[in-house]
Amino acid sequence: MEAFLLQILNGLDKGSAYALIALGLTLIFGTLGVVNFAHGALFMLGAFVAVTLSRLLQLSHKASEPSGTDFLGNPRYDDVLYVEDIFGPELGQALLDWAVPVSILVAIPVMLLIGFVMERGLIKHFYKRPHADQILVTFGLAIVLQEVIKYFYGANPIPTPAPDAFRGSFDFGVLLGFDPNTIIYPYWRLVYFVFAAIIIAAVFAFLQFTTFGMVVRAGMADRETVGLLGIDIDRRFTIMFGIAAAVAGLAGVMYTPINPPNYHMGMDFLVLSFVVVVVGGMGSLPGAVLAGFLLGILESFASTTWATTAVPGINQIIIYLVAIVVLLTRPRGLMGRRGVMEE
Amino acid sequence: MTDRTDYTPAAATPPSRRAARDTILGLTKQDFSLLLVVIALAMLAPFLLNPFPSNSAMAQFNAGYPDLMQRFVIFGIFAIGFNILFGLTGYLSFGHAAFLGVGSYSCVWMFKLLGYNVLPGILLSIVVSGLFALLIGYVSLRRSGIYFSILTLAFAQMSFALAYSVLSNPAFNLTNGETGLQVYTSDPQWLQGDGPRAPHLFGLAMRETETLSIGAWNFQFNAGYYLCAVIMVVCFYLSVRLFRSPFGMMLRAVKSNQQRLNYTGVNARPYTLAAFVISGMYAGLAGGLLSAMDPLAGAERMQWTASGEVVLMTILGGAGTLIGPVLGAGFIKYFENIFSKINESTLHAWFSFLPDGLEDALVAIVYPFVGKGWHLTLGLLFMLVVIFLPGGLVQGGNKMATIFRRDRKGGGVEDDAATQRQAGE
Repeated sequence: MEAFLLQILNGLDKGSAYALIALGLTLIFGTLGVVNFAHGALFMLGAFVAVTLSRLLQLSHKASEPSGTDFLGNPRYDDVLYVEDIFGPELGQALLDWAVPVSILVAIPVMLLIGFVMERGLIKHFYKRPHADQILVTFGLAIVLQEVIKYFYGANPIPTPAPDAFRGSFDFGVLLGFDPNTIIYPYWRLVYFVFAAIIIAAVFAFLQFTTFGMVVRAGMADRETVGLLGIDIDRRFTIMFGIAAAVAGLAGVMYTPINPPNYHMGMDFLVLSFVVVVVGGMGSLPGAVLAGFLLGILESFASTTWATTAVPGINQIIIYLVAIVVLLTRPRGLMGRRGVMEE
Repeated sequence: MTDRTDYTPAAATPPSRRAARDTILGLTKQDFSLLLVVIALAMLAPFLLNPFPSNSAMAQFNAGYPDLMQRFVIFGIFAIGFNILFGLTGYLSFGHAAFLGVGSYSCVWMFKLLGYNVLPGILLSIVVSGLFALLIGYVSLRRSGIYFSILTLAFAQMSFALAYSVLSNPAFNLTNGETGLQVYTSDPQWLQGDGPRAPHLFGLAMRETETLSIGAWNFQFNAGYYLCAVIMVVCFYLSVRLFRSPFGMMLRAVKSNQQRLNYTGVNARPYTLAAFVISGMYAGLAGGLLSAMDPLAGAERMQWTASGEVVLMTILGGAGTLIGPVLGAGFIKYFENIFSKINESTLHAWFSFLPDGLEDALVAIVYPFVGKGWHLTLGLLFMLVVIFLPGGLVQGGNKMATIFRRDRKGGGVEDDAATQRQAGE
């Protein structure tokens, strides 16, 4: 029982990342009808917003007054962080410690902007082109983005720690009445899951309860008619593209403490996220979220020693196997609707 | 060579029949001249790719050494095969590298079991990859469009994961995991006898190279290259025949409107499956040749970036055209090699004629795109081609040719462009 719960918990954080990326992908499919192979790159860009911010916060200069002398008797100058100059030592240190959560505030406008630029500058011209062309051009864009990041940040993963308050682990077992130390779960993964749940809820609420969301949903159902009613649906879809980019970016920002970001993390997640979207059902937002969590948990179960001794290497291929089985038995995916991206 | 013995006067036969009869090796005159061009390019490559004397500064642009030339033709075969699927049927497979990898592994296994003769290895790699493609194609082709792309991608990634970890366990070591599959002295090699201890074709070692020195030029003729080149020419010929056959016509029909084809009562799946298997066999052959040139097969050949590369080659050259994929493969492999070699000091040497400040600025601008930044250039190039030249280099060439003719002759442009396009297809 404990082991079972632990595996579910372990699957949640990866599942959250899959769900967030797949949600963004599905938003783009559903609204613009575009297959975005650069979505993984957006996830990666989000992670590097966090890296950039924490590097900016670490910028320092030499203090003007010596703080003492070193062992040779020369005056010693300490490094002083610019943030401490601006916000005072306490707030400055706090900002530095909370660099990853603070990056969320930076990442939202940055990712929205990137999304708008991408849609207006590139994707817009590909609505009428075949899906193959859309796949290819976004694939090219993904390569370019990833190489630009590699040029500026190098090829190695960059560790970006979580705030001190969230380091360490949380003993879930005690809470549920099991023995101590049976179900231990890092705090940050819990934070990630809660954060993902909030984002997902926010996106759904936005689409469900606002006029803007209503129009977008109407546009997803029948773009032409909405356009005929005198609504500028293109503009709204552009905004949705920005939102999808921001969702992927935020998923990336918060993922940095779990997995140090490197330039190809986007590609690694992209392939799996596509599989998630297909399993969930192309164009179905709840399907994407459900499949994201399901596959995340399934993957964590497949990684147990019990599973890997029974079928060696099952953890490497389980997601693809599930995708193949689902596509062949339920071609529209778990929650796909009729007529959405059929061929 | 020609079958003009049964040639009937033009007036007696309707034009269409006459066109069918008036062929060389089963090809129309235009296709035949295209084939001749490919043969000439392939056979004279050691000269054509070595235009600069070896002691000059431009020698770094030479590509006429065996290793690189082998890559040109092998990836040419890979791209020709991919084009049969993508160019004709429009099914975009994102998992073709899986077949390349399977071919490589099969060929090395033949080296390990039978000995260093390349023939059994190459044959087995075609057969195994064909079977593998049959299996994957049977499942993947039940869906089309984006679903097909994702299914093939999933299969390829699965094969990659299997090859990388699972199939290299000590009990059943099929791929040798991270190290890559290679031949050890403890391998049985039943038919090896006392033949050369390196890949050979009935005694002719693949790495045997004749060097012809004319003045400052060194031209290298490599046995392995010529084997690959001959196979590439045969592959090209087969693909031309396939493009022009009723079967090829059927595949084009699948691309232009599959629904309509279904309504006329044709089941398209056997045709697409056949195309998929043929193209998988081409990929397997390319993989087998890669191993035959260098008897080492690694799992990274199956990774999805490798699948992306062949898509790039085909698109860049011109999907659906005959010569395009070969051009694309050569283009990408050439610039990959040349661009990766350039480093900062080379750039400084190039721009040294400029004032210092300008030189540094130019080097700073160019540097991110060369050397390790080659992939950035590739990605940009790829985007530009998809955006502005969906027909690839071949379409670009046709456009240029049209502009040229318009300048010279004025009228009759449309006709010329049309014939050009047909020739390219």
